Amino acid sequence: MSRNRRLKLQVFRVVVFLVFGAFFLIPIGAMFEFSTRGNGDAPRTLVAWQTIFQTPDLVAAILASLALAVITSLGMLLLLVPTMIWVRLRLPSLSRIVEFLCLLPLTIPGIVLVAGLAPEYRWLSINVSESILTLAFVYLVLVLPYTYRTLHTGLAAIDVKTLSEAARSLGAGWATVMGRIIVPNMWSALLNASLLSVAVVLGEFTIANLLNYVNLQVSIFLVGKANGAVSIAVAVASLMFAFLLLVILSFFGRPRARVARLEEA
Amino acid sequence: MTVATKPLVETARRPLRGGRRFSLDWLGAVPFLAYVGLFLLLPTAIVVGGAFVGPKGLTLSNLTAMNKSYIIGAFVHSVVLSAASAIIGAVLGAVLAYAVATGNPKGVLRRLVTSACGVLAQFGGVTLAFAFLATIGLAGFITLWLQQRGINIYANSFWLAELSGLVLVYTYFQIPLMVLVFLPALDGIRPQWREATESLGGGTWHYWRYVAGPLLAPAFLGGTLLLFANAFSAYATAAALISQGSIIASLLIANTLTSEVGLAQPGLASALALVMVVIVAVVMVLYTQLQRRTSKWLQ
Repeated sequence: MSRNRRLKLQVFRVVVFLVFGAFFLIPIGAMFEFSTRGNGDAPRTLVAWQTIFQTPDLVAAILASLALAVITSLGMLLLLVPTMIWVRLRLPSLSRIVEFLCLLPLTIPGIVLVAGLAPEYRWLSINVSESILTLAFVYLVLVLPYTYRTLHTGLAAIDVKTLSEAARSLGAGWATVMGRIIVPNMWSALLNASLLSVAVVLGEFTIANLLNYVNLQVSIFLVGKANGAVSIAVAVASLMFAFLLLVILSFFGRPRARVARLEEA
Repeated sequence: MTVATKPLVETARRPLRGGRRFSLDWLGAVPFLAYVGLFLLLPTAIVVGGAFVGPKGLTLSNLTAMNKSYIIGAFVHSVVLSAASAIIGAVLGAVLAYAVATGNPKGVLRRLVTSACGVLAQFGGVTLAFAFLATIGLAGFITLWLQQRGINIYANSFWLAELSGLVLVYTYFQIPLMVLVFLPALDGIRPQWREATESLGGGTWHYWRYVAGPLLAPAFLGGTLLLFANAFSAYATAAALISQGSIIASLLIANTLTSEVGLAQPGLASALALVMVVIVAVVMVLYTQLQRRTSKWLQ
């Protein structure tokens, strides 16, 4: 590369990062600014941030969303990991179908899904439970596309077949094979998948709102109608939390194949 | 050693007739299939079926009821909004992705940008609407700052809550999504190709026009389609930004589904949802085809 072109490229990169950085950071900075405004000409204040914890509805919604995130992550791991391992070992003919089903939620918008879920949740709330935690059932479906890719990459990186045959020939049952042989070999993929699920669940609004459950995002929306500063404080806090999760995630060695996977999808 | 060809003891053989040996392996996939069936396939079937069911049994009236100007208008608005935000997002996202791809592949900057894109592409919704309200809303700090200097950006109308405002707000999650899908394609471009172009006497223009451009075109088009589908199915941001009326399809579906005055029309809502899912599905199939082509070239 000639020196002239390298210089041009560097200038281009600096300009691009500055312009995009401004576009993406100014709205987030504006949220901080807005949430610390005093009334009228009053000086900057953290009242809005303190009010978060004095608003019982908001605290309840935050706790509900965190509980949903945990339940969804665990449920997803319990459902998806054994299925994917089993399909890989014993039912390779089913792998295309499982992949298709896992990626399908990308094609069915939440607003469409909710139209079909309404009767199901009416039944659930009458016969099983009215708790907001029942939302975890559908959230598990929503996170499938993201977690499938991560888990698929994690499984592809280890020789599942050899490991399981070795364990089986030494007398291990299937539960031992999965729990003590394969899972410990792909823990970073499991962690990645869980963190992605948490991020998706904490950001979900459409389904909760239309099924009349108050999760974190719905609560931010409702509080925002009465007290903009407080809801913006919560919104920016949850945004930072999700960002933190994904930064943590980026440090857990993403296998190289991940890039190729993204293309496939 | 001909003995080995014929075993001394006849072991149990596969029955000659009756097909394959019965296997219980498939039982392992039942929990997953049942779960996805209950919470993904059944709701979808309810929507599709609901579009053809009226109060008096099977009917096409839900579909014909869509021939109203406000419904067609909402879908047209959705298409315009999705196309505009997809094209703007794809172009700007490709520029940003290029700036990222030309840097250190293991650097902190790249890690930060991809993490930020991961959050911003996902975390739209209410937060995003509020971020823009805090920036250029009626009491947003840029609005106030400009007002002090005698500029009123809302002299004509509060366009942030109109279609043009939605295009601006949507680019905020479209650009990061484009970065995420386009970056792998850019990573597939090898510096040797540029060197080869130069050794054959080609300049920057030739390189982009005849080498990198055609190679990246399917990935770029695919990304644009994904962005289109993404914007078309988005609901939360618009719902938080626009309190009155249903100017786009997703808002219309929501309002038809849960009308506050008790005029909910589940049949019509299903029909609208069916149209939306068909449009998104067609776009996603095209996207998958283009992605397949991309991964064939760039590996």
